[in-house]
Amino acid sequence: MQAPGSRSPARQGERPRLVVIGNGMAATRTLDELLAIAPDHYRITLLGREPGPAYNRILLSPLLAGEIELEQIRLHDRDWYHQQGIELLTGTGYQVTRIDRHRCRVQCANGQQIHYDRLLIATGSLPALPELEGLSPGGNPLKGVLGFRDLADVEQMTQAARAGNEAVVIGGGLLGLEAAHGLNCLGMRVTLVHRAPYLLNRQLDPEAAALLQRELESRGIRFVLAGRSRAVRHHTDADGADKVAALELEDGQRLAADLLVVTTGIRPNIELAAACGLACRQGVLVNDCLQTYDPRIYAVGECVEHRGLTFGLVEPLFQQARVCANQLAGIGTGRYRFTPPPTRLKVSGIQLFSLGELEPAATDSPPQALVYRDPAGGIYRKLLLRDNRLVGAVLYGEVADGPWYFELMRTGQDLSALRAQLIFGQACCERLQRTRPPVTAEEAA
Amino acid sequence: MSALITPVRADASDRTPASRCVRTTCPYCGTGCGIDARLPADLDSRAVATIEGDRLHPTNSGSLCSKGSHLGETLSTRGRLLRPELDGQPCHWEQALDAAAERLGAIIETHGPDAVAFYCSGQLLTEDYYVANKLMKGFIGSANIDTNSRLCMSSAVVGHKRAFGSDSVPACYLDLELADLVVLTGSNAAWCHPILFQRIRAAKQAHPGKRLVVIDPRRTASCDDADLHLPIKPGTDALLFNGLLNWLAEQQAIDPDYIARHTEQFDSALAAARSSAPDIATVAAACELEVAAVEHFFRWFAETPKTLTAFSQGVNQSSAGSDKVNAIINVHLATGRVGRPGASPFSLTGQPNAMGGREVGGLANQLAAHMNLEDPRHRALVAQFWGSERVPEQAGLKAVELFEAIEAGRVKAVWVMATNPVDSLPDADRVRAALERCELVILSDCMDRTDTAASAHIRFPATAWGERDGTVTNAERCISRQRPLQPSAGESRPDWWIICQLARRLGFGAAFDYQAPWQIFREHAALSVLDNRPDVLPRGFNLGPLAHINSTSYEALAPIQWPVSMEAPAGSARRFDDGRFDTDNGRARFVPIQPRPPHYRCDHAYPLVLNTGRVRDQWHTMTRTGLSPSLSGHRPEPEVSLHPDDAARYGLRPREIARLRSRWGRLLARVALSDQMRPGELFVPMHWNDQFAREGRVGALVNPATDPLSGQPESKHTPVAIEALDARWYGILLSRNPLPAAADSADYRTRICEARGERLMLAGSGEEPDWPSTARRWLGGEAETGAAQEWIEYEDRSQGVYRLARLREGRLQALLWVDPDPELPDTQWLGALLDAEPLEPEQRRALLSGLPPQGTRCGGATVCACFGVGKNTLLEAIRTRGLNSVDALGQALKAGTNCGSCLPELRALIQQQYSPRMPPSQAGASRRN
Repeated sequence: MQAPGSRSPARQGERPRLVVIGNGMAATRTLDELLAIAPDHYRITLLGREPGPAYNRILLSPLLAGEIELEQIRLHDRDWYHQQGIELLTGTGYQVTRIDRHRCRVQCANGQQIHYDRLLIATGSLPALPELEGLSPGGNPLKGVLGFRDLADVEQMTQAARAGNEAVVIGGGLLGLEAAHGLNCLGMRVTLVHRAPYLLNRQLDPEAAALLQRELESRGIRFVLAGRSRAVRHHTDADGADKVAALELEDGQRLAADLLVVTTGIRPNIELAAACGLACRQGVLVNDCLQTYDPRIYAVGECVEHRGLTFGLVEPLFQQARVCANQLAGIGTGRYRFTPPPTRLKVSGIQLFSLGELEPAATDSPPQALVYRDPAGGIYRKLLLRDNRLVGAVLYGEVADGPWYFELMRTGQDLSALRAQLIFGQACCERLQRTRPPVTAEEAA
Repeated sequence: MSALITPVRADASDRTPASRCVRTTCPYCGTGCGIDARLPADLDSRAVATIEGDRLHPTNSGSLCSKGSHLGETLSTRGRLLRPELDGQPCHWEQALDAAAERLGAIIETHGPDAVAFYCSGQLLTEDYYVANKLMKGFIGSANIDTNSRLCMSSAVVGHKRAFGSDSVPACYLDLELADLVVLTGSNAAWCHPILFQRIRAAKQAHPGKRLVVIDPRRTASCDDADLHLPIKPGTDALLFNGLLNWLAEQQAIDPDYIARHTEQFDSALAAARSSAPDIATVAAACELEVAAVEHFFRWFAETPKTLTAFSQGVNQSSAGSDKVNAIINVHLATGRVGRPGASPFSLTGQPNAMGGREVGGLANQLAAHMNLEDPRHRALVAQFWGSERVPEQAGLKAVELFEAIEAGRVKAVWVMATNPVDSLPDADRVRAALERCELVILSDCMDRTDTAASAHIRFPATAWGERDGTVTNAERCISRQRPLQPSAGESRPDWWIICQLARRLGFGAAFDYQAPWQIFREHAALSVLDNRPDVLPRGFNLGPLAHINSTSYEALAPIQWPVSMEAPAGSARRFDDGRFDTDNGRARFVPIQPRPPHYRCDHAYPLVLNTGRVRDQWHTMTRTGLSPSLSGHRPEPEVSLHPDDAARYGLRPREIARLRSRWGRLLARVALSDQMRPGELFVPMHWNDQFAREGRVGALVNPATDPLSGQPESKHTPVAIEALDARWYGILLSRNPLPAAADSADYRTRICEARGERLMLAGSGEEPDWPSTARRWLGGEAETGAAQEWIEYEDRSQGVYRLARLREGRLQALLWVDPDPELPDTQWLGALLDAEPLEPEQRRALLSGLPPQGTRCGGATVCACFGVGKNTLLEAIRTRGLNSVDALGQALKAGTNCGSCLPELRALIQQQYSPRMPPSQAGASRRN
C-alpha cells in the first residue's frame, strides 16, 4: 500500500482510484454493493471525519437507551477494510476540506491531497438548528446543547444523564422521540417540545400520534405540543463554562434543562460540493445515476437532492447505494427512482409504521381512508386508497403487515377485491381468497 | 316403516340413573309424532335432558323431524307470559278472572250472546277445546266460536262432509307406504310433514316400483323424490282433477260397480267434469302443463289401484278450496279407492290438534262430537247431555267474518286462545285495527310478546307444551296423549282450567266442575257414544269404550285411532272401507265441480301471484321455534322466492330487500332467486311477524277472499307488486342481550335467535345515519357506563362500510356490521364468541374482519338442522373428501340421517360440485317437467 501523501494520478495499467468522502451508512452500503459486483474494479480510499469504522446510525437510539452495546452497531471491523483492500482514513485529520475538480484530488484537514479517478460524496447531513435566542451564543453551541446525529452525541448524552436530571428535547419527529425515549431510559426527566399539534406530524395522523403520545406519557415522558420555543437560558457551571439552564417558550413556560437536545430536522451537508462548484440546491444535485454535474463525481445519501427531494431515512439511501454501485462498476444499467419509504420508530415496545400519504388532503382526488381502531387493545390502522390503490398507511400497535402494505403500494395493484379485509392484514386477505366460495349457478343468475 | 333412526341430541352424560321418561306428543304439525322425553327424577325440575322420538309410537317409530328434535331448546321460560294481566298491569288470577267474567257478562247482558266470540286454535288440546265449545254453544248460547283451523282445514272438512256425510279422514299413515302411487297435491310434505314424507321415501326405496307424483306450482323439496312433478298454474287443481275424472270415465278406468252400490250423483259430477275439462289438451293448456305430463299422471292414476292422494293447504287455502277437495274425492269415489289399504284421499292436517278441535265442534258451523248445528235432533241431544237450553240454531261467525264483525262493532268482545290472529288471518292489518277498536279483548297465551298481545285488555298466562296435560288427534284420527314434562311456569294455568273458571263466574259452575282433564275427555267420549246406534242417531265419530276412562287409564292411554267401538275396541285404521258412509242413506256423494279461478286476479298494478306457506324449520308465528338457535339457521330471514326472470324484470338483485305490496298491505323480505318458482309467482313464508321482523307479516298482504262454504281464506293466491327497497345500507347486529332500541332507523329488521344472544339483520333506505354515534347508541354502551367499555371500530366511510364491536373486560357484547352490499358475511363464529371467554388476540383482531381467525371453522348456513351441519362444512367435505352421495355425506357428517328433510339440499350441493363432470342422467335423477 502506498503511503499517504504520495497520491498521484493513475498510471497506465493501474486500477482507477475511487475516493469516498464520508463513512456513514450510504457510503458503506455503496461500497458493499460495489464490492459485491465489481470487487477489483477500483482502488478505494475511504475518508471519514468520525473516528473508527462505520457504524449503523439507525441503532444510535437503542444504543442511547442502553438496549444494545456499541460493538453491536459497528457495520464492519477494521479487518474487513483491510481484507477488501480499502484504505480507511478516519478522524478529524482526514476531514476533507476541499475538492479540486480540475486536478481530481481532495484535500484533507491534515494537508494530505488524494487523487481520485472517481469521487463519491457521502457527507450526509447536519442538524438544522432553529433560530433561537441563546442557542449558540457567539456562534458556538452552548454547553449541554446537542443534536442526535453521531456517536459523540450519544456519548455526551449518556454523560449528561449521569450528571443532571432534566432534559428537554425540541422536535417531536422520529429522532426527537428516540432521543427522548433514550434519555428517559437513562433516568432523566424528559420534556419534549414539538411545534406541531401532534407528534410525528410528518409520519403519523393525529389519532396514531395520540396513541403514541399516551404510550410515551405512560413511560414518564412529558410533552408540550404546539410548543413554540423562544429562548435558551444559560448559566455558568462549576467549570466556569456557559451551560444550558432552561428553555423558555413563547407562552412563558420555562422548562428547566440540564440537557437540551435539538432534533428539529436536518439539512444536507453540501459545503464541500458547493465550494468546488458542483450544482447544488438543497442538496448536491444528482441525476438518476446518482451522478453530479461533474461526471467523475457521484453523490449518495442525505447530502443529495434528487428530482427535488432530499432524504433522511435509510431505505432510499440503500436504493441509491445500489444504483450508484451499479454505475461505479461501469455496468450503467441502474436508475434511481424514489419510492416513499416506510417509517418505523426505534422505540422499544412501540410498533409504528407509516407509509406514503397520511391524510385525505383536500386535493383534486383525495384518497379514501380505511380506519381501524382498537384503543383498548392499543391498535390503530389507517390505509389510504386512491382508485383502489394503496397510497398511504399508518399502523400503530401491530406492524407485521407493514412490508406487505409497502409491497402493495409499490406495485400499485388494484385492491378492490381485498378492500373489505385489507386493513386486517395479509393473512386475513389470503384466507379470504382461499375461502371465497365458488359462485353457484343459482347465485350467478 | 321407516328405518329406526339414531336418536338426536342424546347426551349420555346427562342421563343419571335417577331419571324418568315421559311419553308425549309433538306440538307442531298434524303428523302427531310420539316423543320420548328423559327427565330428572325430581318432579319440580324444569330441566329436560333429552327429547327423542318415541320408538313405540305408531306414527313415527322413533323418528323426529328437525323441529321436534329441537323442542328441548324451546323449554325455557324465556319470553313466557307468567302472570295474569288486567289493562296492562300484572294482577292476581282472581282479579283477572273476575274482571273478564264481569265485562263479558255485561256485554252479553246488554247486547246478547252473539255480541261475544271465542277465537281458538288447533294448538289447544281436545279437553281445552271441548270446554271452550261447551261454554260458548251450550251456555253463553252463541255459535261464535271459531278457530285458526279455519285457515287450515275447513275446506277439507266441507269436502269430507259433502262426500262422506261426516268429517272423517278415510285413510291412515300406513297407506302412504302401502300405496303404489302417492299423489301429493298442494303439499310440501318433505318440509311440512317430514316424518310422513320419510315414510313415503322409505317405502319407495324399499320398492322402487312405487311412484310419487307432486302437483305444486313450486318445485319444492318434495319434488326431489318425485317421479313426476306437475308445476301447475295456481288455482287450477279442480280443473286437473275434473279432467282426470272425465278421462278415467272415457278410458273406462272407473269402478261402475262401486259407483252404483256406494255413491250417488256420479252422472252430474261427470257432466260437470266433462264440460270444464273435456280432454287432456284442454287440461294441460288451462293448468299450463305439458300434455305428456298430464297424460302420464292420468295414466298412472288409472293403472294403479293403490293410489293415495294426499292434499294439504295448497288445496284447502282457496276461495274454491271445498270444490278442490271434492274434485279429488270424486276421482277416488269413481275408482272405488276410499278407505282401502293404500288407496284413499288423504287430508294432511296442518296443526297438532286441528282434528281434535273438529271432533269437539270447535268450528262455528259444528256442534260437538261431529254433530251438526243445523240438525234439530243433534241440537236436542247435545242440549240434553249438557243440561243446556241455549244451544244456538244458527252457525256462528267464521274466522274472517268474525273479525269483520268485530270491526263493524257487532261483536264487542272476543276471547282469543292460543293463537295470533293479527299475524295469521288474511288482511291482517285490518284484523289488528279491528282488535284495537274492540271493546273487550281477552287473550290466553303462553307467550308474553305476540303481535296480538298489544290489543288485549285481559291476558291469561296459559301453560305451554311440556306443561300441558291432555289429548290431541293427528291427521289419521289417532288420539295421543300430551303429558307434562315440567311444572307450569310462573302462574300459568291450563286453558281448560281458565275456561272453567270463567264459566263458573258466569254462573255455569255446575256444568264446568272438572278437576282434571280426564274428566273432560270422559264427557267428550260419552257424548260421542250417546245414542250413537244405527237405530237411533248413528254418527261416525265414536269413542265407545273410552267413555268409561278414568284417571289411571287416561294417564296410560296409548295412541288409538277413532272410531273406537265395541266391535273395534283397539280403534280403526280406516273408515268407509266397507263402502258405507255417514250420510243418511249410507252412500257417498259425488259433488259436481265447476272450477273457479282465484277470486282476485292479477292486473297491471299487482301483476304477480303471492303464494304463502311454511319453511322447513319454523312453525307458525315462531313463538316456539323462533327460540331455537338450531332451527333459526336454515332460513334465518323472511325471504321472497322468485324466478330469476322476474328478478331481472323488476330489477331485484339476490340478497337485497324487496318490498311487496298488495291492495291490503305491504311487506319487506329478502330476495332469494329460485328457478324452482314459476315465473310470475312469488313465495313468502307465513312465519315472520312483528316480534321477529319489521314489516314481515305476510298476513298483511294476503287477500280476504274466502271459500263460500268453508270460509277458508285464499292464502295461496294474492295479486301483489314487488320492487326493490332501494336500501342504502345493509347490516348485521349481534348482541348478547336484546337491544330493543337498536336499529330504530332501519326499514328492514329481522331478529334471529342465537345460542348466546341474538342477531338482527338490517337494511335501511333513508339518509345514512352518522355511524360512529348511532352505532354506539344501538350497541347499548351508554347503559353500562360503570363497566369498562371497549370499542373496536372499522370504517371505510367512502364505501359506506362501518363495523363496531363493544367488549367488556375483553368479552364480546355486541357487534354491528354495516355495508352497502347486501351480501353480508357469515357471522356464525362471531355468535359463538358472544360473552364467552375474553377474546384471544387472534379473535380480537379478526372480530371486524368478517373472517374467522385461522383455525376457526365457520360452518355456514344450516342445512341439516337435526345435527347442525352447515353449508360450508358440507361443501368442504364434498370437495376435499370426495363425498359424492348423500349416503357418504351422512356417514361422514351425519347430515340428513335423522329426519331427512335436508336431503334435497344435500343433493343440490353435491350436484353443484359435481355437475360439470357428471352425465345428466346422474346429476338430475328424477323425471321432471
